[in-house]
Amino acid sequence: MGECPVCAAEIEIAADAIAGELVICGDCGVELELLGTDPVKLAEAPSAEEDWGQ
Amino acid sequence: MKIGLLHSLIRKEEKLLIEAFRKAGVEPIMIDDRKLIMDFHSAPDVDILVERSINHSRALHALRLFESAGVCCVNSHKVAQICGDKLLTTAALKDHGVAQPHSRVAFTEESALEAIEELGYPVVLKPAVGSWGRLLSKINDRDAAETVLEHKTVLGSYHHSIFYIQQYIEKQGRDIRSFVVADECIAAIYRSSDHWITNTARGAVASKCEVTPEIAEISLAAAKAVGGGIVAVDLFESDDGLLVNEVNYTMEFRNSIDTTGVDIPQVVANYVVGLVKQ
Repeated sequence: MGECPVCAAEIEIAADAIAGELVICGDCGVELELLGTDPVKLAEAPSAEEDWGQ
Repeated sequence: MKIGLLHSLIRKEEKLLIEAFRKAGVEPIMIDDRKLIMDFHSAPDVDILVERSINHSRALHALRLFESAGVCCVNSHKVAQICGDKLLTTAALKDHGVAQPHSRVAFTEESALEAIEELGYPVVLKPAVGSWGRLLSKINDRDAAETVLEHKTVLGSYHHSIFYIQQYIEKQGRDIRSFVVADECIAAIYRSSDHWITNTARGAVASKCEVTPEIAEISLAAAKAVGGGIVAVDLFESDDGLLVNEVNYTMEFRNSIDTTGVDIPQVVANYVVGLVKQ
């Protein structure tokens, strides 16, 4: 389990989750990045930049 | 076998690719572009690099440096360079005789306005570098043209003053995205929307599109024009037949697996593993 850095809700992290993965907080809906799995560390995901995506 | 996977954020696509590589018997070596330091001489020890960065600029430069260090990259720096810049894509498609909408490039407000009027309204003004349908402008008349050009010139960074102007194609609410891996067009989807922008990132809905011989032919031609590899080709259906709108080199496919019934990440993983075995 991890804690949402925005609303402090508990967030369940999948067993196969890996660092760098995006996680959505079910309570406040914020997009988070999983920084580490052991221990679980979450931070707000970076905002989309101008050269993102295809 | 050491397969490097260059990434930043791990999106659904990267997770699916990791799983696919595991099914192919390879544990990919994850290389986070946010932690990467390159010295112009060497690169992380991998047999091949699969580029999956979310940032075009990081991908472009990292690929150049990996190749410089002797690492084979999928896609190559050349493909990233061409696909990442609409002007270069248009030039490559033209060089290879691939059908595409008419377009113009101009470098000043005045010449851009002249080019727009020459093409005829409506036109679409696009940043040469950009994706997910951001900052596209459909310009219906001279008033809008003057306004958008002035805003781009005054408020935009320098690359927004390279005006890429494309003929507007009436696409009846949808376009086609086809997926090419090496010399095969493996799948295609329709992207439908009430809005004239039909990116799924902007809410367009994906549905299955049969890969007809015409779709396969123009998709493969477009892929070849930009240098081959693993690409997604955006196509317009026009009165003059299929036209290539854009070619994407770090394709997103999460909405296209169930829709098409094709395990796109597995095809990609098997292709990459095959390249290393060669």
